[in-house]
Amino acid sequence: MIDLAQTPVVQMRGISKAFGPVVANSKVDLELYPGEILSLLGENGSGKTTLMNMLSGIYFPDEGQILVNGEEVTIASPRDAFALRIGMIHQHFKLVDVFTAAENIVLGLEGSTMLDRKQVAARVRLICEKYGFDVDPDQKVYNMSVSQKQTLEIVKVLYRGTDILILDEPTAVLTPQETEKLFKVLKNMKADGKSVVIITHKLHEVMEVADRVAVLRKGEYIGEVRTADTDPQELTNMMVGRSVSLNIQRPEPENPTPRLVVEHLSVKDSEGVMAVKDVSFTANSGEVLGIAGISGCGQKELLEAIAGLQTAEPGSSVVYLGENGEKAQLVGLSARQVRAKGVALSFVPEDRLGMGLVGDMGIPDNMMLRSYSEGKGPFVRRKGPRKLAAQVVKQLEVVTPGLETPVRKLSGGNVQKILLGREIAAAPHVLMTAYAVRGLDINSSYAIYDLVNQQKQQGCAVIFVGEDLDVLLELCDRILVLCSGQVNGILDGRTATKEQVGLLMTNLHSKEGGAEHE
Amino acid sequence: MSNFISLWQAAITFGTVILFGALGELITQKSGNLNLGTPGIVYLGGIGSLAGAFFYENAVEHPSAVVGVIVALICAMLASALGGLIYSFLTITLRANQNVTGLTLTIFGSGVANFFGGSLNKLAGGVGQISVATTSSGFRAVTPLSNLGLPGKLLFSYGFLTYVAIALAVLAAVFFNRTRMGLNLRAVGESPATADATGISVTRYKYGATCVGAAITGLGGVFYTMNYIKGTWANDGTMESLGWLALALVIFASWKSLNVIWGSYLFGILYWLYFYIGGLSRYSQELFKMLPYVVTIVVLVVSSMRQKKENTGPAALGLSYFREER
Amino acid sequence: MNKSNASKTPLIRIAKRADMPRWKGWLIRILAVLLALVVDGLLIYAIVHLNPVEVYRAMYEGAFGTSRRAWVSIRDAVVLLCIGVGLAPAFKMKFWNLGAEGQILMGGIATAACMIYLGTSVPNWLLLIVMAVVSIAAGAIWGLIPAVAKARWDTNESLFTLMLNYVAIQLTSYAVACWENPFGSNTVGIINQNNMAGWFPRLFGQTYGLNVLLAVVLMVGMYIYLSHTKQGYEIAVAGESQNTARYAGINMTKVYLRTMLISGAVCGFTGYICVAGASHTISTNTAGGRGFTAIIVAWLAKFNPFIMVIISFLLTFLSNGSAEIASRFNLNDYAAQMIEGIILFFILGSEFFINYRLIFRGKEDTHE
Repeated sequence: MIDLAQTPVVQMRGISKAFGPVVANSKVDLELYPGEILSLLGENGSGKTTLMNMLSGIYFPDEGQILVNGEEVTIASPRDAFALRIGMIHQHFKLVDVFTAAENIVLGLEGSTMLDRKQVAARVRLICEKYGFDVDPDQKVYNMSVSQKQTLEIVKVLYRGTDILILDEPTAVLTPQETEKLFKVLKNMKADGKSVVIITHKLHEVMEVADRVAVLRKGEYIGEVRTADTDPQELTNMMVGRSVSLNIQRPEPENPTPRLVVEHLSVKDSEGVMAVKDVSFTANSGEVLGIAGISGCGQKELLEAIAGLQTAEPGSSVVYLGENGEKAQLVGLSARQVRAKGVALSFVPEDRLGMGLVGDMGIPDNMMLRSYSEGKGPFVRRKGPRKLAAQVVKQLEVVTPGLETPVRKLSGGNVQKILLGREIAAAPHVLMTAYAVRGLDINSSYAIYDLVNQQKQQGCAVIFVGEDLDVLLELCDRILVLCSGQVNGILDGRTATKEQVGLLMTNLHSKEGGAEHE
Repeated sequence: MSNFISLWQAAITFGTVILFGALGELITQKSGNLNLGTPGIVYLGGIGSLAGAFFYENAVEHPSAVVGVIVALICAMLASALGGLIYSFLTITLRANQNVTGLTLTIFGSGVANFFGGSLNKLAGGVGQISVATTSSGFRAVTPLSNLGLPGKLLFSYGFLTYVAIALAVLAAVFFNRTRMGLNLRAVGESPATADATGISVTRYKYGATCVGAAITGLGGVFYTMNYIKGTWANDGTMESLGWLALALVIFASWKSLNVIWGSYLFGILYWLYFYIGGLSRYSQELFKMLPYVVTIVVLVVSSMRQKKENTGPAALGLSYFREER
Repeated sequence: MNKSNASKTPLIRIAKRADMPRWKGWLIRILAVLLALVVDGLLIYAIVHLNPVEVYRAMYEGAFGTSRRAWVSIRDAVVLLCIGVGLAPAFKMKFWNLGAEGQILMGGIATAACMIYLGTSVPNWLLLIVMAVVSIAAGAIWGLIPAVAKARWDTNESLFTLMLNYVAIQLTSYAVACWENPFGSNTVGIINQNNMAGWFPRLFGQTYGLNVLLAVVLMVGMYIYLSHTKQGYEIAVAGESQNTARYAGINMTKVYLRTMLISGAVCGFTGYICVAGASHTISTNTAGGRGFTAIIVAWLAKFNPFIMVIISFLLTFLSNGSAEIASRFNLNDYAAQMIEGIILFFILGSEFFINYRLIFRGKEDTHE
């Protein structure tokens, strides 16, 4: 048991950090004791990673103090953090692909001019033995599995003499077996007197490995509990908070009829890993279907596969049912072919400037991104797009110095309005949006909700991928919860509770082949 | 036989120019900077050595070959490193595009070199062609070993820079593979964000590698000027084409400095082959001169088809690195 | 608390500029050119001890002093402009076509071949058309080869095109050796000197009138192509991001091949202008490094053909002007390249101050 009376190795006091107008952390306190595993719990965007980045020297706090072993310190760079024996393993590994494990480990370290590979290898083996790692010092990183890379990152940090280890979502990319192995290692480190912070939003993992849990919500520190004194339900409540009434309108659906029938849809991601597994659902006209899930559990691939931007695996089926009873199988068609079939399918991707819009172009040119090839002759017609641009700017109250100002110079909310405005202008029968309000201020967000509702009332089937459960619960008629690329339940938006959705997001129902839990 | 010997010797001579050029560019590219200014830097090195030797030989009554050589080397390396510095400042500090900056450096270097190469003597009040015979003889001095019959001719009949080039290539291999600095430098070219996260100063390494690389590339110009055309100047564009070949050789050698050694001599052989193949008409000679370029293209295409990780260049080659500000 | 914060803030920070009025951007560029001209003036002063003001007057006289000189300058600027126009679509797509030299030479060889082998056997207007078609085809093929490799295997296009330049140079040498005239001169001489077959006719009473007309047509045509056609729009999207292109349903392979076909074709056509409209001969110097200079012209003009006109004329003024200085002082005219290099360095550097602003410590402003 940890003795809370002893001096904490790390104390963070009143830490605040803002990026422009977005507040990531507001007056957060956190303590870490020697020989414990602390879990930092919170939803996406709750400021967990930002907080830890300040401890590891990536960001510098706007306000607040950091004490290490009771003394106030300044951590301005990763190097400072290393000197204080603090090491962090980021979600995106920082490794050089063509280097061997040993080369990655000694990178950037001071020491003799010549590199003594044997000595390095010997020390790496020593660390591996001590904690039970399995790392071959001569293996190249590009030949490693994700789990091996992660192990290497941990060894790299330990090699530098770390007492405080921070792991950002370490299990997101691991199989259950690999996760087990990782937890064993973490427990060994704990037994060795080291302190570990593990950032996560998977409750069962928290219960399994952590001694204490600190919870953040929307950048604020909510509280901490000992794992022994709590249960997943309480943690969920702390994490998602009491339901906040947002007063988002939700008109009743008018005679909903199936518009898009998805059956057994499976999609591989760019790495060849199955990102969407056997997903089936129906999207109805006049209805908003919300999709909830922790980040990276297949939302992107699901939408892109429906839109014809990614190839679905054999056996998948996405059938579009038109207003007049026409039927179209969309699997196997490219985006352009989908369009040519007269299927009005609009898609607002997550990556607004890297995919949905061309940053260097003005608004009119962006209006024709998906329709430029229509019409006869070799010339583009700018009259329509220009009119549409003016209309979008006026109706959605886009703030811009001029129509021709490159859109990358506009603020996030305005960029999103332009993107959504274009997709809605196509009079879609199916509208898919991914994180439509991410990074937007309150007013812009409500403007977007209104637009979504307008579409719904016009009989469009809306698929709304979101991350804020409060929004999903108030906006959507039904909520599909994805977990590890699978459908973990479809709830009625009017009766579902936040806790229900939260649990479905983090605990996969034992379903064949996908037992992440237990 | 004598044909073979003279082909061999010609290949070593041009090969050495290419070797210096490619080695310098290789070091530069390891830091992630693709410097298309190589031909310009070869020019700067050539004119630097010539100008240094010229002013030295004109200043003293009885110039010594040894001093001339030292002066020429220092001036050449300073001039070419300055070229590298201009490139570094524009691409690293001012974030200009690497390709465009490199091409501009080539235009600038060839302009400076050919202008002063053709006008230096006139500007100093002399007449006729510039010539630094004493210094050049120092560069071309050979040891008595060159008299050892065939082996002497094949192996020991070259100026000292020939051997310096090989030694530098071997040293570079040791540097990249066995030293901490070399490892850090490679990391900067492969993944600057990773290097940055481990506390390596990306900017300092990029500047350092580019300027040192340029100084070495410049030695290629020195060798051409002092050894091949014997301390005079010729603006027939040969230096420029050797510079481009050096650039191509870096890819041909799949970024390994030991491969650069034999690769450069092979390029030297390919360059001169037309001269020694019997029975070629003047027309077909011109076609044979394409060889080094065609071979490079073939290698380029074949290596892109295979796509083996080790044989491709540094992953961040040609990309500028700015620490992300959120 | 802010104390420790401030001590860690670097002396100068660099931040992206949100927006800058267009005129201000141009002001910075003009200042950069002026600064470069001052540096160049000082350099020339150091070499020939000529008063810098005199230097530029002499340069102006050299470039535009007489109507003949002015037309030569126009002729040279027009060539630079045409190449820049040809390179614009490739670069806009972020395809590094460093092979304009070779594409020009291929067009030039094709033109010269027609002039030599067809000569007066066909009417001159037909000959001119055949020459144009053949030169366009030759340049287009030369541009297409690296594009195929890029699309299929992602082969590095900048080195591929660079090497193709030398292949083209050797092909030119081969052609020169074949067509040598007079024997032993190692040049082709002026082709069809007596019958002027395949020479551009005079237009508007000017020798180079047709050159200018063709360049204007190319320039306007390319402007329309890039900014008003569907294909031009695809190029802009493809150059921005592969992901966006995928989203818009654009086939990248098709765009690569088609764009390089056009880029090579325009460069080949420029070779035709060089041979039939200016030198009336072919040599390895027909392109003369302008394929490289034009890359910088296109880049600095941000692929806008109209701005290319200004830059082409600036560079031609410098090069023809300094050639005048060089000949006046019996120096060689490589001075032009040196001066050109310095100006380009300054313009390249000035872009930084248009895109970024420097924030000095203590002068923090919260303005985003």
